[in-house]
Amino acid sequence: MAVLPMKRVMILGMKKDRKAILESLQRLQSVEIEKNPAVSADDPVFSCADTSEPRALFDKNATLASNALETLNKYSPEKTSLADSLNGRKVLSKNEYEANVSRRDAILETAKRINQLEKEIVDATAEIPRTETQIEALTPWTKMDLPLDFKGTKKSRAFIGSFPGPMDEATIVSTIEGADPDIAGLDVSVISSSDDITCVMIVCLKKDADAVEEALRRMNFARAPVSSAVPADEIKRLQAHANEERANIEKYKSQIAGYADSRKDLKFIIDYFTMRYEKYEILSKLTLSKRTFILKGWIPAGDTASLEKVMSRFEDCIVEFRDCSESDDSPVLLQNNGFSAPVEGVVENYSLPGRGEIDPTVPVSCFYYILFGMMLSDAGYGLIMALGCGILLSKYKQMEAGLKKSLTMFFYCGLGTMLSGVLFGSYFGDLPTVVAKTFFGIDFTIPCWINPLESPLQMLLLSFCIGIVHLFAGLALLLYTDIKNGKFADALYDVVFWYMLVGGLITYGITQPIVYGIVGLTAPVGNETSAQIGAIVACIGAIGIILTGGRESRNPVKRLLKGLYALYGVTNYLSDLLSYSRLLALGLATSVISQVFNQLASMTAVGTGFIGVILFIVIAVVGHSLNFAINALGAYVHSNRLTFVEFFGKFFNGGGRKFLPFSMNTKYIKVKEEI
Amino acid sequence: MGLAFALLGAASAALFAGIGSAIGTGRAGQAAAGVLTEDPSLFSKVLILQLLPGTQGIYGLLIAFIALSNIGVMGGTAPTSLGQGLAYFFACLPMAGVGLLSAMQQSNAAVACIGLVAKKPDQFGKAMILPAMVETYAILALLISILAINGVAALG
Repeated sequence: MAVLPMKRVMILGMKKDRKAILESLQRLQSVEIEKNPAVSADDPVFSCADTSEPRALFDKNATLASNALETLNKYSPEKTSLADSLNGRKVLSKNEYEANVSRRDAILETAKRINQLEKEIVDATAEIPRTETQIEALTPWTKMDLPLDFKGTKKSRAFIGSFPGPMDEATIVSTIEGADPDIAGLDVSVISSSDDITCVMIVCLKKDADAVEEALRRMNFARAPVSSAVPADEIKRLQAHANEERANIEKYKSQIAGYADSRKDLKFIIDYFTMRYEKYEILSKLTLSKRTFILKGWIPAGDTASLEKVMSRFEDCIVEFRDCSESDDSPVLLQNNGFSAPVEGVVENYSLPGRGEIDPTVPVSCFYYILFGMMLSDAGYGLIMALGCGILLSKYKQMEAGLKKSLTMFFYCGLGTMLSGVLFGSYFGDLPTVVAKTFFGIDFTIPCWINPLESPLQMLLLSFCIGIVHLFAGLALLLYTDIKNGKFADALYDVVFWYMLVGGLITYGITQPIVYGIVGLTAPVGNETSAQIGAIVACIGAIGIILTGGRESRNPVKRLLKGLYALYGVTNYLSDLLSYSRLLALGLATSVISQVFNQLASMTAVGTGFIGVILFIVIAVVGHSLNFAINALGAYVHSNRLTFVEFFGKFFNGGGRKFLPFSMNTKYIKVKEEI
Repeated sequence: MGLAFALLGAASAALFAGIGSAIGTGRAGQAAAGVLTEDPSLFSKVLILQLLPGTQGIYGLLIAFIALSNIGVMGGTAPTSLGQGLAYFFACLPMAGVGLLSAMQQSNAAVACIGLVAKKPDQFGKAMILPAMVETYAILALLISILAINGVAALG
């Protein structure tokens, strides 16, 4: 259990080497770089580099490439399997990396080409409905054998257009002539007529044109869509156009899909430009003089040697280490053994240890696996969990660190679950018993330590005992922290007095019928003497807490009142302890629900022979998968809760800052620094 | 008559806790779907948060099953007197009532935490604990109902 000691590091180098040095640091991934204090603009020696422009460019290129990758994935979906995501990012050697870097412009061109094609597809896709609307507008005019913009001959005038609603030739003629009796020699031909629209061509003498137009206006005459071609021909042309666009879309799609081989390259340059972006971000944090630069940061004490080795490749580069001082806001990096390290994520979810605090990972891990196990509490489920995680872990060595940690954690949780399943006699609920009874007619019960269904009170007592151990372990860690920091008085006031009070109360309590009765015991634990001792110890603890609980106040009355309030905190211990009853409740939930499914399965299977066996298996598999999923989630959430609220509440505040080394924050590739 | 009341208890545990969970997961599901429109990669996280108010329904089922297996419907012996039936009914009440209300309240916390995860996905660990706080009371009710049913059954 350790918070890794950190060192301050300062690197002084020549300005010409700075990019190379930064790249090495980026690949080494063990230095966190601090932003140097701002340099005033009129400083004669030092300045800061403004890198916003190249950064914007890198960002633009990275976005361009990821858009291209997205497009490519749309038209030529990547075949990904679970195995790929388990295998983690692709590892590139330094030579492969350099080779790819030299092709970056070509790759960027490919990306641009893909984006261009995608734009063409979008345009063409928009063009098709537009063409279709035009076709639709022309369809009523199909029978017309003149172009729609036909204006008339030397002596006549033609009006081509439509009326809303159905109409026939006679009505039109009479309406127009009715409007102005001077009009003569009208020729009306209806091209098409439907309920919504009547398309007509009206020819009149040129001299009547104005009068006819006026009459038509009153009849809601609308001019036909303008087109210089004969409608039937125009429709044909438009249809051909739409088909051509459709063909184009397919062509572009297949062209994009043809770039499938560039997927690797696209991924590479996305990461490449992201890395460069980050490097330039760091560059802006450096203090520069005319020919040199200064870089300050933090490094785990254990990595100093490898940093020196990497930096020794550069001439005129000085690396200096010093210990962190109290005032340094040094970042926190945890390091633990293989058994406890997986739980680091849980601790980190809460908060990293603040200044002067210990790393709680090891005690957390010891309890975490047990608590999780008791809440899922089934040997079968535990076996599946442990086996599943174990197989994945051994098969995919390249897995990303975070995923590996979670799987390892669930591996150990699976072991804990198996253990408690054996202790409490649950193997997929009561599956062995049910199978034996349903198919073989044998009656047998699985031996176990406590059967939570038959004696829930005993199980409740066990849960409380685990709770007391957990809470007292938390207090013990507070004791350890206080002693380590030399605060012996605090250790006495905040820990020892509480041990005396709570321990004394429990010792006294279990001799009283009202308390042991609740948890289902029939006889008192201990005798008169132990009750007296318990009571006396509790009283001393209580007095101690009243006297010291408000020790930060100078006013004696205020101090006493605060002390009394601190004593009231004993109710917190009661609620904390009751909180552990969830170990029983969630454990019961798993076993009862699995029994429900087993019973369902056996009821369908009884007396139906071979089909019954299949039904039994189907119901059992589906039921147990459901039960496993929902209860594993519950066990995970509530293990976290017991850790965060009950356990950490006793000693841990957190507030540490995570160590974020300058590294390659990439999605697809990893580059190894050869040291 | 006794059996009818005992059955009423078992049914209401499954009924009310189930209704609560259905409402709870429904609300949380709406919020989760909203988040997914912005960032589909958060699916697994919001799914877990959506499921949190779903456990009350399971606890209700659990109580109903324990009750059924004690009152002669799925084993055990049927309650002979009205008093005994009523005792079973009251034993089931904590789970029914607390299950209904805590699932609905938990869904409020879950919805808020889904919003939190949408803005800060790295705070998922904390977002998960806040709704779990509400669930504590459902667990306590579950515990009391289990103990009470067992107690009533032991009285004979």
